[in-house]
Amino acid sequence: MAERRIGDTILDADSISLSFGGIQALSEVSLAIREHEILAIIGPNGAGKTSLLNVINGFYHPQRGTLTWKGEVRRRMRPYEAAAQGIARTFQNVALFRGMTTLDNIMTGRLMRMRRNLFWQALRVGPAAHEELEHRAYVERIIDFLEIEAIRKVPVGQLAYGLQKRVELARALAMEPELLLLDEPMAGMNVEEKEDMCRFILDVNDEFGTTIALIEHDMGVVMDISDRVAVLDYGRKLADGPPDEVRSDPDVIAAYLGVER
Amino acid sequence: MTPRAAVATTQEPAAVTAAGPDALDTFPKMLMAHAKLRPDRPAMREKDYGIWQSWSWGEVAAEVAALAGGLASLGFARGDKLAIIGDNRPRLYWAIAATQALGGVPVPVYQDSIADEMAFVLDHAEVRFAIVEDQEQVDKLVLVKERCPLLEAVIFCDPRGLRHYPQPYLHAYDRVREAGRAMLGERPDFLAAEIARSHGADTAIILYTSGTTGRPKGVVLSFDNLIATARAAIAFEGLSDKEEVLAYLPMAWIGEHIFSYAQAYCAGFCVSCPESGATAMTDLRELGPSYLFAPPRIFETILTQVMIRMEDAGWVKRRLFHYFLGVARRAGPALLDRKAVGWRDRALYRLGDLLVYAPLKNTLGLSRVRVAYTAGEAIGPDLFLFYRSLGVNLKQLYGMTESSVFLCIQKDGEARPDTVGVPIPGVEIKIAEGGEVLFRSPGAFQCYFKNPDATAEAKGADDWVHTGDAGFFDADRQLTIVDRARDVGSLAGGALFAPKFIENKLKFFPYIREAVAFGNGRDFVAAFINIDLEAVGNWAERRSLAYGSYQELAANPLVYDLVEGCIAAANRDLAAEPTLAASQIRRFLILHKELDADDGELTRTRKVRRRTIAERYQSLVEALYSGAGTGHIESEVTFEDGRRGTMRAELAIREAATAPLPRLTPEPEPVRRAEAVA
Repeated sequence: MAERRIGDTILDADSISLSFGGIQALSEVSLAIREHEILAIIGPNGAGKTSLLNVINGFYHPQRGTLTWKGEVRRRMRPYEAAAQGIARTFQNVALFRGMTTLDNIMTGRLMRMRRNLFWQALRVGPAAHEELEHRAYVERIIDFLEIEAIRKVPVGQLAYGLQKRVELARALAMEPELLLLDEPMAGMNVEEKEDMCRFILDVNDEFGTTIALIEHDMGVVMDISDRVAVLDYGRKLADGPPDEVRSDPDVIAAYLGVER
Repeated sequence: MTPRAAVATTQEPAAVTAAGPDALDTFPKMLMAHAKLRPDRPAMREKDYGIWQSWSWGEVAAEVAALAGGLASLGFARGDKLAIIGDNRPRLYWAIAATQALGGVPVPVYQDSIADEMAFVLDHAEVRFAIVEDQEQVDKLVLVKERCPLLEAVIFCDPRGLRHYPQPYLHAYDRVREAGRAMLGERPDFLAAEIARSHGADTAIILYTSGTTGRPKGVVLSFDNLIATARAAIAFEGLSDKEEVLAYLPMAWIGEHIFSYAQAYCAGFCVSCPESGATAMTDLRELGPSYLFAPPRIFETILTQVMIRMEDAGWVKRRLFHYFLGVARRAGPALLDRKAVGWRDRALYRLGDLLVYAPLKNTLGLSRVRVAYTAGEAIGPDLFLFYRSLGVNLKQLYGMTESSVFLCIQKDGEARPDTVGVPIPGVEIKIAEGGEVLFRSPGAFQCYFKNPDATAEAKGADDWVHTGDAGFFDADRQLTIVDRARDVGSLAGGALFAPKFIENKLKFFPYIREAVAFGNGRDFVAAFINIDLEAVGNWAERRSLAYGSYQELAANPLVYDLVEGCIAAANRDLAAEPTLAASQIRRFLILHKELDADDGELTRTRKVRRRTIAERYQSLVEALYSGAGTGHIESEVTFEDGRRGTMRAELAIREAATAPLPRLTPEPEPVRRAEAVA
């Protein structure tokens, strides 16, 4: 059924090249992300996976190449523009406000959607109060969705790593993104936490129709949940296709899966 | 007295026309009566999306009607069984009422059962319909569907993740409810007629007992069973329709069914469902129930959390807390029992209430508790008295699935940690020859479903039901449960030997983690002790006692002294109870390793496997009874990574101080005790 719902390309990265001084992080990488799909980006350490995500959400600006987001071509995108246009992400090493509660952290994900200015928000009266209630209701739906009710009022600094990852996902979801970039959402998790996270990712994709691009090292996870897999190695794209195809690609095996031939 | 008046109004129709056609002798009939009598009073709440959502009796009646209509349009017929699987959710409670309204039988299943266990219950109960909470349970049912040929339809409450499931037998709750509404629109008299066809003697529910031995057994209970017992307990405690209850224990457990369904329908009070299992304690705090049940484990967790947080508090708070806790320990239980307390303690207790007890109870969600029960396992006296000293009316009760729970309850003012109370009105209890507790009550179960042999074994021709528990009535006519009857033996002198009772006494000491008592057919009682590494380790640290391993700590003579002190204290307790005075522990040793489920010494639920331990440590048991000063042991152990190895140890054996037997000459005493038991 998965094939039926996947739509047209919503983000098209065309011949992206990015270098830091003498280091070529990405060279001539072209990648299309289609609406509603789950795309996995894999590759050995230093292959340029995170750089690619950073280019997509505007944190890095490529020296060459263009990004087309929903039909609009742009040379460079700034992170807040990307966020405002519906691209949300999580980070490889959790980037939450550690002293704030889970609830408050997720509420920050709604900031982009708040219409009242800072003054009204600070006073929390009238329309601002009403608006906050609406946002809170939305956040509660996400809390329910990710089953984190029990930690709603707990400062995230006190949470186990696996839960912090889940809160980060919650915050990204609070933005109601169209494209969700997940940088190693399952790193450092135990098997049970990974299973939960997989289910959440599939459910997000299914229930909200969110397009997801994720970087992951656990091949079992990648092959199980993604519709398509893109392989990077030394800043180049080696392969791109359905999991089964990629798994049997000799270049990929040599470069990444590491089977002697 | 208003609450009582309200109870009277609810029960009046039943009392007036007890035998007539309008008698409120089933739960659906009660539900419809509540919907007329108190349509706007809250009947059910659930915390969802961070807010308590509530349904009035009128709304619940409408929900139940719609679901019943939907079930009927799916082909649900009288006598059909409907399995209910999930956490405590209003919709699942409504499913019970809807099934009963159609003359069907609900079969709640433990939601954490693995697929295999579920398949057995569904197949054995001949379940045709199932209503489940979410994808997790649907997955299990899809897996076992083939093995349950009778299962026709599965209704799920939460559609998340289930959109692409192709199975034609899956139905969304919302759809079923819609179909029900449409159906009832066409046939408005259908449901009332169906409800009127059921009567008190009909089967209300089948509950499968978890069963530590063999396959679970389905206990069949009638409406009369549940209603008689629920009402008797309501009258015993003076419960009203104003009570607040949190439904957080498994729905397949009889206690939950009685507290959150049967009693709620009989008395008309409101039942609240927590947001999730993990938030139950937070939700408890917010809700502030007036009527509460929790197993000892939960009370222990709460106490531990309090103590840990107090240790982190500033010194002023800590001093205040400990000082007033001392006052509470002195005066609290007596005040709760309305006994005489000196004016000074009375005044200090008032002050303590203002400064410590009331705020503490408020944080724990216990401020409004009028009646709290604990049961299931033995509760430590310190734990029990801690809550009572704060003014929480914590009491013990005794019952089982086969008796629709309530057999005995402690009366207000007579709560003690070691008894389970007096039989409630309508219940008869007698102690059989071997010490086994037998009962006869209106709540006694009908039979085990499709298991006449087990039924005959438990329920004799004279209607006395065998509980399998050994116990006795103490001087105050309160029942004391000592052990499972098959574990109870006798010492060589003929005195009663109840190992678990002794072991529990020992385990109440924080330093003792596990204990195994021996004595059946022997001259005296001896015990193996497992120290609690954390508690004893802490104790050792404070004394700058160095140790490298569990084995080393366990063998330390100072640790032996510590444990000897605990055992002497336990012996003093045992000596005070004439039936058990001979069971004082004379000799003991501390095992060199922790008893472990991986080695087959404990069950997965941490129950001691006596026979295995007696066999494996035979040389040590011999040493205990030979009078030797040490025992030698070689045992095989399984390490965490699955490797096996042998452990050799030379263990010291100590004598423990025993208390003289009170008011009894040592010699003829065993005979007397045997009489007392008979």
